[in-house]
Amino acid sequence: MSATATNATNPRAAAQAAARSAVNWVVGMAIFLALWWLGGYFIGANPKTASFAGFGLIPTLEAFPALWQSGKLQAATLASGERLGAGMALAIAIGLPIGIIVGRSKFFRDLSNSGFQFVRMISPLSWTPIAVLVFSSWDGSIIFLVAIAAVWPVVFATAAGLAKVDPAWFKVARNLGANPVQMLNQIIMPAIAFDVFTGIRLALGVAWVVLVPAELLGVTSGLGYTIKDARETLSYDHLTAMVLTIGVIGYFLDSVCVGLIRRFSWHRGDA
Amino acid sequence: MSIRGVRLNIQDLSYRYSSRGEPTFTELNLQAAPGECLAIIGRSGCGKSTLLHIIAGLLKPAAGSIHLDDTRVEGPSPKWVMMFQAPHLFPWMKVSRNVGVGLKFAKWPEKEKNDRVAEALRLVELQDYADTNVQDLSGGQQQRVALARSLVMEPELLLLDEPFSALDAFTRSSLQRDVRSIAKRLGFNLIIVTHDIDEAVIMADRAVIMAGAPGKIKDEIEVALPDPRQREDAAVQGMRARLMDAFHKAAGKPPASEASAAA
Repeated sequence: MSATATNATNPRAAAQAAARSAVNWVVGMAIFLALWWLGGYFIGANPKTASFAGFGLIPTLEAFPALWQSGKLQAATLASGERLGAGMALAIAIGLPIGIIVGRSKFFRDLSNSGFQFVRMISPLSWTPIAVLVFSSWDGSIIFLVAIAAVWPVVFATAAGLAKVDPAWFKVARNLGANPVQMLNQIIMPAIAFDVFTGIRLALGVAWVVLVPAELLGVTSGLGYTIKDARETLSYDHLTAMVLTIGVIGYFLDSVCVGLIRRFSWHRGDA
Repeated sequence: MSIRGVRLNIQDLSYRYSSRGEPTFTELNLQAAPGECLAIIGRSGCGKSTLLHIIAGLLKPAAGSIHLDDTRVEGPSPKWVMMFQAPHLFPWMKVSRNVGVGLKFAKWPEKEKNDRVAEALRLVELQDYADTNVQDLSGGQQQRVALARSLVMEPELLLLDEPFSALDAFTRSSLQRDVRSIAKRLGFNLIIVTHDIDEAVIMADRAVIMAGAPGKIKDEIEVALPDPRQREDAAVQGMRARLMDAFHKAAGKPPASEASAAA
């Protein structure tokens, strides 16, 4: 029996595992912050690098109130969040049905495989010139770049999830009178939810990585733009504060995905 | 739960898996009375499992027809439900949701659905497991859930494709007895495909012996034994020997009784 299965039936073991995990998280974070502080200290102590002292932990943390009061932090987060949300929504809306068709139809899988693998390997940012030509706004271009980067993990994770589904479930459901919509909603989607959310988690990581450099290009809002702006005004503490914000938001979004994966996973032993 | 049996009428049924391949069987005819329990026995490849899938509406025949009373079978229906060798439960659903999934497909009101599920769980003696994760059940309990999932639809015909072959002997024996008892109590028809002669003797009113390629019905033997049937009873043993002889004869081998006498 796996540890997770054991924990599911033993509340005390589950509580101990959760406590251990929390302690590890706190210790890991403390080590990271200590190293950052130490790096910042040495940068500030050296006269040759003292002008970059804003990169340190303390100046970075001290920059947050100013960024918040000026509204920069909220505006940048909101602008980036909207682009990320739109791009991800597009990627899921396109990737999920395509993934289901790829997983269900061998003919479509064989037909699409070479094209999908080829397009998938093109760096998302290399689409930028084309995106700028096609879309009338920078926002549209960035959303396109985020979507084209995020769609592939959704497609392939969905297809892989469907390939693992027990074909007898479809036979049983048909036997019990399921119509095609019920088959999709009540059998296929719950059966592949774990893989779909895993794909969305990977897609979110890729989308987040693509979003920030895309915002360095031509827009005047968003986290990427704010970083560029801070660099140009030599506000290194603001720059690092925005980088930290990107990390925190990314970590939060990833944790939400992990929560969803846990919530919808029926596989024994998945964490 | 009120279920009635149906008159099964299979006429001139033929099937082939591919248009250029050999037929699995041709012009097969079989009838069953309302509430009758049939066991189809035969070696692998004689088409008995294919026949069951066609009766369930999961495969389309090349020719011929199947009627349950006046209704022609042209696809799957909750009125003729099949149970498979493995329970194939949906692991993301608890026991009660698994049992009620067919009623959910049929859009039953929640209250009536819950009542029917509770009744089906009582029938298979799993009323205390309604909120259990199906992955926490034993193989026998999972097969009972699959049985409840079929019974909850109040089928007129329950089709069983070697449903107990993956279970241990004790669980198998108990389920064989219980399924026959439930079928007789509620009155629905039962067709079981099996390799196990003992299973046919314990569960069936009539054994249909198939053999050959393409498959043919070689013999039909009434299993006129009183209930409950115990393996060690002389009458059960006698019927077992009779079915075994017919099974060997259908396969073109000397009957087991003659072989042992010659030895």
